[in-house]
Amino acid sequence: MSKEGVIYRISGPVVTATGMSAGMYDVVRVGNEGLMGEVIELHGEKAVIQVYEDTSGIRPGEPVINTGETLSVSLGPGLLTQIYDGIQRPLPTLEEVMGVFITRGVDADAFDLEKKWTFEAVIEKGAAVEGGQVIGHVQETETIVHKIMVPPTMNGVIKDIKSGDFNVTETVCTLEDGSEIQMMQKWPVRTPRPYRQKYAPDTPLITGMRILDFLFPLAKGGAAGIPGPFGSGKTVTQQSLAKYSDAQIVVYIGCGERGNEMTEVLDEFPHLIDPNTGKPLMNRTVMIANTSNMPVAAREASVYTGITIAEYFRDMGYDVALMADSTSRWAEAMREISSRLEEMPGEEGYPAYLSSRIAEFYERAGRVETKNGDDGSVTVIGAVSPPGGDISEPVSQGTLRIVKAFWGLDAGLARQRHFPAINWLNSYSLYPQSLNQWFRDNIAQDFPEIRTQISGLLQIEAELQEIVQLVGSDALPVDQQLTLEVARMIREFFLQQNGFHDVDAYCDIHLQYSMSKAILSFQEAAKNAMAAGAQLNDVVNVPARTALMRGRFEKGYIDTIDDMVKAMVDEIADTVEDN
Amino acid sequence: MTGKEYRTITDVKGPLVFLNKTEPVAFGEIVTIRLADGSIKNGQVLDTSDDLVIVQVFEGTAKIDRTAGVTFMGDVFKLPVSKDLVGRILDGAGRPRDGGPDIVAEENADIIGAAINPYSRQSPHDFIQTGISAIDCCTTLVRGQKLPIFSASGLPHNDIALQIARQAKLKGSDEQFIVVFCAMGITAEEYNFFRSDLERTGALENAALFVNLADDPAVERIITPRLALTAAEYLAFEHDYHVLVIYTDMTNYCDALRQIGAAREEVPGRRGYPGYMYTDLAMLYERAGIVKGKKGSITQFPILTMPGDDITHPIPDLSGYITEGQIVISRELHQQGIYPPINVLPSLSRLMGSCIGAETTREDHKSVSDQMYAAYAQGRELRGLVAIVGEDALNERDKQLLDFSGVFEDRFLRQSRDEDRSIDETLDLCWELMSSIDTKYLVRLDQKWIEKYHPDNKA
Repeated sequence: MSKEGVIYRISGPVVTATGMSAGMYDVVRVGNEGLMGEVIELHGEKAVIQVYEDTSGIRPGEPVINTGETLSVSLGPGLLTQIYDGIQRPLPTLEEVMGVFITRGVDADAFDLEKKWTFEAVIEKGAAVEGGQVIGHVQETETIVHKIMVPPTMNGVIKDIKSGDFNVTETVCTLEDGSEIQMMQKWPVRTPRPYRQKYAPDTPLITGMRILDFLFPLAKGGAAGIPGPFGSGKTVTQQSLAKYSDAQIVVYIGCGERGNEMTEVLDEFPHLIDPNTGKPLMNRTVMIANTSNMPVAAREASVYTGITIAEYFRDMGYDVALMADSTSRWAEAMREISSRLEEMPGEEGYPAYLSSRIAEFYERAGRVETKNGDDGSVTVIGAVSPPGGDISEPVSQGTLRIVKAFWGLDAGLARQRHFPAINWLNSYSLYPQSLNQWFRDNIAQDFPEIRTQISGLLQIEAELQEIVQLVGSDALPVDQQLTLEVARMIREFFLQQNGFHDVDAYCDIHLQYSMSKAILSFQEAAKNAMAAGAQLNDVVNVPARTALMRGRFEKGYIDTIDDMVKAMVDEIADTVEDN
Repeated sequence: MTGKEYRTITDVKGPLVFLNKTEPVAFGEIVTIRLADGSIKNGQVLDTSDDLVIVQVFEGTAKIDRTAGVTFMGDVFKLPVSKDLVGRILDGAGRPRDGGPDIVAEENADIIGAAINPYSRQSPHDFIQTGISAIDCCTTLVRGQKLPIFSASGLPHNDIALQIARQAKLKGSDEQFIVVFCAMGITAEEYNFFRSDLERTGALENAALFVNLADDPAVERIITPRLALTAAEYLAFEHDYHVLVIYTDMTNYCDALRQIGAAREEVPGRRGYPGYMYTDLAMLYERAGIVKGKKGSITQFPILTMPGDDITHPIPDLSGYITEGQIVISRELHQQGIYPPINVLPSLSRLMGSCIGAETTREDHKSVSDQMYAAYAQGRELRGLVAIVGEDALNERDKQLLDFSGVFEDRFLRQSRDEDRSIDETLDLCWELMSSIDTKYLVRLDQKWIEKYHPDNKA
């Protein structure tokens, strides 16, 4: 057996080769054009390969060469601000080489191998180091320091280390045993990168979206699923998260989605400013774009490429957020490959290993103690596109079993133009338990209680609405009518948020708390006034309340809201005297 | 390898022919099959190995026997493209159907089409005025968009598509679109309707037609849209045309896909459609757009009929996940005699935000569109309530909204088949209709637009 074999069979993206020594997940070059592929099955002599590029025109008998490596990503300075396809080829480079259409057989380096970076050693000669330990810093972008680490599999005593300007393939550090360390390292995408231990998450990922942060918070190092039918705003939600969440690094995977939508992201992100640092968002972002018409096997690989990059930054001690839009397309890619392999299907044609693959993927999220002893996290937020919006299908179910936050998008709300169209009745988060302490310490002592009150009101509203459907709201007693008004305020003032509005798109967590308190102040004041004989209609229509609700579109709301609440309370009290 | 004829067919099943012991045959290679009576059929390689080759036959496998001669043409399917395609009518496999000469190729283009690098795309932002109020105001079409019509049997989707093809233009420009029309499994009657309408309006000279009718081979439908899109790409990106691709009916296309999947004994996905249908549809729909450095554009208008009016059926469902919105045709409105019966509530144009506003349409467009939508949605909802509690139980605001929903359908939606409303006319009409609602209920309208455009203030 040699490293070179020949093609025996071609069926779409699946190619079978014979006469080649191969191991599972070896990367191979297929055909005269050297298309990139990966071994996914072995049958005696035959190796089954999934090919990441179009296979039209390839013939049996053409050569297949085993590179002996597994599918890996290149990790090092130059990753940030890049835009990759599913197998880490930079799209701008592809454009230079092949023009606007993506052809095949082109290999491209993940980043500029020649560019010089200023490496600053942070460890001395003679120090003992182990895998994952930070040995130097590179200021990669304005906001992010790229920490150069000993590759996870290496350890020893430093013989030589030098600061200065180097490109990513030059040796910056040598160990006593002669091994050399460069700024670029490779890591196989299907293997999670090692860490010392996993911690329970205790800090929320602040997203600036009121319904998420306040009602259904996600922890740094947690995992969330966003299922929803088409048109319900999955992509807008994912993009808002990529823009405003307080992660230090964002990895955005457009997996099997629309080309024009990806272009919009690519056009928009470089001009956006990160509200947390005041610097361009691109500085902290890595993008992976594999549109729906790009080769299906590369789509399958794209989520692994993304999460490996995310883990790499986690190992530097950063909080990383990864958005995958949409994991359903990834699952469909698995289904397509599986059916070409003629595997026995599980539910709805998906392979039987679907749910374990989904679980393995989300399990790569987490807050960890890195090998360097730092605290780092990967938060995974996966969009799911269930057919017909019905979440009883396998991908949604596989996701729900593993994620702890579920943000259910609702077509009905989207049709009412209630955005974000996250259904507050069936969504949930299991993180508040572990995050409550953080909220108490950092925002307000009574934060969890306020949350309970607000979500309680929404529950009561849902029950009352059933009655209203039958008899009309006038038939309810006034106190229940007030409850409906308060709940309407929660929905329209608090839960609705305009993702495209300059000010409203991002809401500070302290402001979220003030807004929720404002709603409760209204309820309190209205209840008192009505007990003293005021009319519901007058109470609801005080001008100061309208002003308060409009205020959220103005800059500096956080400074004015308390006065506005006072004005509203006073005006409501005045309605008593009018009668 | 061309020229050698094999007589090694072992099995024939549905549209597929299986043969063994050949020279190495390329995946996707074009095949001709010569029958005993001398007639020729064409096909394409779906699966190839040293022992077995599977060929998908476009014209159906009738009369193929084990003695038929199979020749591999040594190349993948290519369409001869040229500027002369404009004004021609071709069949579903790209042969002239209008009695004219063969197309003299300026280039032979691979019909599968390569994916556009997302980095090389340009965001679509040019407003297309269709002259149909419901579309221009509520689900605005943008040049380079793919916006399907979700319809159902018995509804006038063809009229709407034709009206759009006739009237579509950039605001303030007379520049016409080149129409590439792709028929997949439609009836001869429907085809004649399209053709005579294009002829009547003189649009045929600026159109290229690819026609596969209901009695043409089903498998051919797999390549027909690919031919049409290849022609469209050539015209758009080599000759700077703005191309509008209309294809009808995607449902027939998907059924052909299912037929091949079944013959290959593939594991089916939902409702028997193949698991790769999403990818397959994406390979068509994603061939829309604008690319950097090219003047032309491709805008797509696929028409699909939803089986059983069911929007969750796999065909509309998967399409909706790929396309940039949808225009939904309503049976209810059609039965009320309203043309075009567009239900704006589930309709959506995802790219609308990028093409409306002061520079392109009008400054009040967004505000007006939101308010029209919201008021109509509330009015429609109230109809359900009125059925239970009666109209008297409504308060003043609700009464106005209820009445508005009727006017909306009767005057805003309804227009004649050759009525071409400019965007200004459409928006002025909106203001006129909205003035029947008390201004204090029009909460989504900006005060400054009310002052400027409300009929009360204009007079």
